Amino acid sequence: MILLYLFFRFASVGLFSVGGGLATLPFLYEMSSDTGWFTTGDISNMIAVSESTPGPLGINMSTYVGYITAGIPGAVTGPLGLITPSVVVITVIFYFLERFKENKTVQNVFYGLRPASAALIAAAGLSILKLAFIGSSFDTGVFTSRSFIVSVIMAALIYAGVKKTKLHPIVFIALSAAAGVIFGINTV
Amino acid sequence: MSEYIQLFIVFAKVGVMTFGGGYAMLPILRREIVEKRSWAEEDELLDYFAIGQCTPGIIAVNTATFIGCKRKGVLGGIVATLGVVFPSVVIIMIIAAFLQSFADNQTIKYAFCGIRVCVCVLIFDAVSKLWKKAVVDRPTLLLFCAVLLLSLFTSLPVVLLVILSGIAGAVYKSVKGGGGK
Repeated sequence: MILLYLFFRFASVGLFSVGGGLATLPFLYEMSSDTGWFTTGDISNMIAVSESTPGPLGINMSTYVGYITAGIPGAVTGPLGLITPSVVVITVIFYFLERFKENKTVQNVFYGLRPASAALIAAAGLSILKLAFIGSSFDTGVFTSRSFIVSVIMAALIYAGVKKTKLHPIVFIALSAAAGVIFGINTV
Repeated sequence: MSEYIQLFIVFAKVGVMTFGGGYAMLPILRREIVEKRSWAEEDELLDYFAIGQCTPGIIAVNTATFIGCKRKGVLGGIVATLGVVFPSVVIIMIIAAFLQSFADNQTIKYAFCGIRVCVCVLIFDAVSKLWKKAVVDRPTLLLFCAVLLLSLFTSLPVVLLVILSGIAGAVYKSVKGGGGK
């Protein structure tokens, strides 16, 4: 019974959170106070864990909540609930697009959507940039800190590496993780 | 059958290599889906991301469903989606069961500070490649700048920005006449 409830609870989060991982946060706070399944402290822990593991925040959160409320079956049910509405909606849109992709109006809409999509990705990149080099709190001392200098040098090397070699992105991610540990980069 | 298994594995690979949310997936996805396998074109990837922004659910999941549908229909969409979430579910289960203090570990924190620097360089590289498909003339350049500034300096919902851009594109093209491509 609790599994069914978990499924529908997360399906409603999946249905109403539009625009990516952080959009699920308000729903999680609401769920925490409604059900008492987890505390708001659990949510901040989970954000930290999500930042340190692969995968989207929403999926991580639904797995975690599912696990603490109903063990392994819950950990599977939570994320399944979360993704079900998206899969249905996107499948419908996909077939709609396939049918109308030669349509002029649809093409004109995409003419406007593509630069917007690129701009939103660039904006997300900029907010990660701030987090990566400066951290969440800003003071002018940051620019002379060791973490900042190491980060800037690393970014330059990675950029050169990406441009000059055909290595898979994961290679640069792994090297950066190693560099972070070796130089003790601590951007908070 | 084997094509479904391949879809699952490729998306599980994308899922396990994506650190830091939907946008961080873009460079990996470009590499695996566009460059290595030609399962989608650059402009399709942009379209999927745009639609993923203004439809319910997580962008990573939405994009996986799209590409899966394109490859193998409805079942393909489901398989690709399960693939992309599979690694996270397993990893979080392990962490929830054994490693309560995982995120407090100092070594892990250092590693992720390093990864963040890398992720933003990779995102900018991916954007610069997608740029050519998206910003094709002066109006699209204007739209790019407007959306970038609005999303950085206002708290307007992303959905609204995406919808307005679509309308702007359609209106501009129909006023100018011609249209299509």
